[in-house]
Amino acid sequence: MLIKTIFSGFGGQGVLSMGTTLANAAMLEGKYVTYLPAYGVEVRGGTANCTVVVADEEIASPVASEPDFVIAMNQPSFARFQSILQAGGLLCANSSLVNTESARSDIEILAIPTSELAEKLGTIKVANMIMLGALIKASNIISYEAMIKNLNEILGEGKAKLIKLNKEALELGYNYVKE
Amino acid sequence: MKRLMSGNAALGEAAFLSGCTCYFGYPITPQNELTEYMAKRMVEAGRVFIQSESEIAAINMVLGASVTGARAMTSSSGPGMSLKQEGISYLAADELPAVIVDMVRGGPGMGNISPAQSDYLQATRGGGHGDYKTIVLAPGSVQELTEVVPLAFDLADKYRNPVIILGDGMLGQMMEPVSFDDLKPPAEYEKDYTLTGAKGRPARKMHSLLFDTKLLEEHNWKLSRKFQRIEQNEVKYETYLTDDADMIVVAYGIGARIVKGAIKRLRQENLKVGMIRPITLWPFPAKVLQEMAKTVNDFFVFEMSAGQMVEDVKLSLEGKGHIHFYGRPGGVIPTPVELFRIISRHYYQAHALKRKK
Amino acid sequence: MKKVYTRPKLLKEAHFHYCLGCGHGIINRLIMEVIEEMNLQEKAICVAPAGCGMLLYNYFEIDVLESAHGRGAAVATGIKRASPQNLVFSYQGDGDLAAIGTAEGFHAANRGENITIIFVNNGVYGMTGGQMAPTTLLTQVTTTTPAGRDALIAGHPVRICEVFAVLDGTSYLERVAVNKPSAVIKTKKAIAKAFQRQLDGRGFSLVEILSPCPTNWKMGAIEACQWVDEVMSKQFPLGVVKEVAC
Repeated sequence: MLIKTIFSGFGGQGVLSMGTTLANAAMLEGKYVTYLPAYGVEVRGGTANCTVVVADEEIASPVASEPDFVIAMNQPSFARFQSILQAGGLLCANSSLVNTESARSDIEILAIPTSELAEKLGTIKVANMIMLGALIKASNIISYEAMIKNLNEILGEGKAKLIKLNKEALELGYNYVKE
Repeated sequence: MKRLMSGNAALGEAAFLSGCTCYFGYPITPQNELTEYMAKRMVEAGRVFIQSESEIAAINMVLGASVTGARAMTSSSGPGMSLKQEGISYLAADELPAVIVDMVRGGPGMGNISPAQSDYLQATRGGGHGDYKTIVLAPGSVQELTEVVPLAFDLADKYRNPVIILGDGMLGQMMEPVSFDDLKPPAEYEKDYTLTGAKGRPARKMHSLLFDTKLLEEHNWKLSRKFQRIEQNEVKYETYLTDDADMIVVAYGIGARIVKGAIKRLRQENLKVGMIRPITLWPFPAKVLQEMAKTVNDFFVFEMSAGQMVEDVKLSLEGKGHIHFYGRPGGVIPTPVELFRIISRHYYQAHALKRKK
Repeated sequence: MKKVYTRPKLLKEAHFHYCLGCGHGIINRLIMEVIEEMNLQEKAICVAPAGCGMLLYNYFEIDVLESAHGRGAAVATGIKRASPQNLVFSYQGDGDLAAIGTAEGFHAANRGENITIIFVNNGVYGMTGGQMAPTTLLTQVTTTTPAGRDALIAGHPVRICEVFAVLDGTSYLERVAVNKPSAVIKTKKAIAKAFQRQLDGRGFSLVEILSPCPTNWKMGAIEACQWVDEVMSKQFPLGVVKEVAC
């Protein structure tokens, strides 16, 4: 197993923390994992993306030229990354901000209205965790149960107060995706 | 215990655990996280951290700290490394230990901030003025980064010579699980050359100015003998599936990692390709390559530059074997699939040629 | 007979390589006198420059490290931070500190590094044969200003003490000279004061010393000494430029 996922969106949408959360969870499961941020000129409100590779064996390249999964939190990211998604790949789009029409017929698109869902929890800040929950349900990259169990460790000391909220957000996204 | 850390941060922690007491650095992408990590870690522990006014100042602060016997280090990338060369030359001339990190980015000039391997010749040829060498270590993963840091400090002290850790932007930026459980701080060496005030001993002077050509020649030969000792004793490399290989890829750092991915695919197609990955770029594993050339004819060099390490492979093989080359300069990172296709094409061509003969 | 003067023990019994009438020899001697009188030989570390002062390790019986041209303040910073118990000073000329090493000197000063710079200002590059220095006076003839320094082509003489004085990190800046006995006595006091302030942890100190260079000024030794008073010190006024009380 070797799964490459690109997380993308505006800076400030929690795109990079989606990536590190997945990477941490995969590490705690004993998987091989790499996390590579697209680094560049620091601009507030610019686009952000990162690549997470999860595997059962040593990872050759942390770069995904043809990812298995793409998370697009905004329209420019949707436009940019849908084209490199593998045939048969899955694109999880934040349908609150993204028009999910695509010319490609060889990919699956999962529309998650993260903003609307986040409103139920009272803060837009957890839109990213809702999306991550949805991705885990749809992809089975990692075990959802193990992730919830390890959430303290995954999110780290700094976010101790936010464990409950994040758990709710992950759950909301996870349950939004039907079997 | 494993932690998910970026190469830059992991390097900082490894340096801290290796007993680095002085860090001096100037911001430059893609190694800023290292400077930022040290700003916190060193200061909290009461050790020395300075964000210097330039890379030139940073390397000279390293020189000053090193002369007192402190374990000192600095880090930079491309353009900043060019500025540090003056100080590195003085460190080598004064025979002072220091660890210098280069997270290589695309060049020349300002270039870009993408990962590259284009500082190979600068690092392995001395880089600054005069007759000298620096030991160059090239790790290929975040975990290995943490392993070469104590080694770098150890070699620096053991040989009283600057040591360069040659990473690249990707190695610095990417996060991987890393453990420090097995990190052993390097040995403490007796330092009889330090300047700490002439207390209980005659005054000492340390200088590289040697007006008398005889003296300078003698000093240069002394350095040269030291470099020969390093070449004899400190070569490090990894081999991968070389036993039955009839083509051997030579690649290092992040490039070698991508090659490994390519070789896994090549092996699935029954192409007998192996790899040698130099971990010390200087001293280069020349003897091993020569030994391999007794049974293998085809050597494939891959590097993320327009062709720098390939010079060392040519020098090592001394005309034996056939050298294939594939380079991607400018900060481009090829995929394992791309390398798989290119290596297999070269492999088949080499076989066709053999059949003709 | 009463002994009024003797060579400081810390000044090695070697012949100076300096030209006749040069101020460096006096300054070298003064530094060793001060270190000897303050009993600092076991603590002192000197950073030597590139330039006429570069061979001072042949004369100083204390620990000396050579630095690259202009990098003295950065090297001294590294030493002092790694080993704060030492007395650390760099000895730098005008080309060294006011041209190629301005950034290193300026920022060491701005950080308030607890080091001392002995800054020898003789208005020319001596070791390389008398080229224009940043401190060369307007109309002064050097090998690279054969028609005299012209501000339009080569800018103006740099007043390092005044430039450094505006930095909050600097603690003690004084300009002195070594062209006559009374000036030499003042210079010695200034060096001693700078060192004492460093020992007291009072931060960055710099003593700028106007020093005659008869060879490159194309003057006799006496004439050069007079020129310091009559011409040079008009551009570079003597005295304490800054002294922070605590």
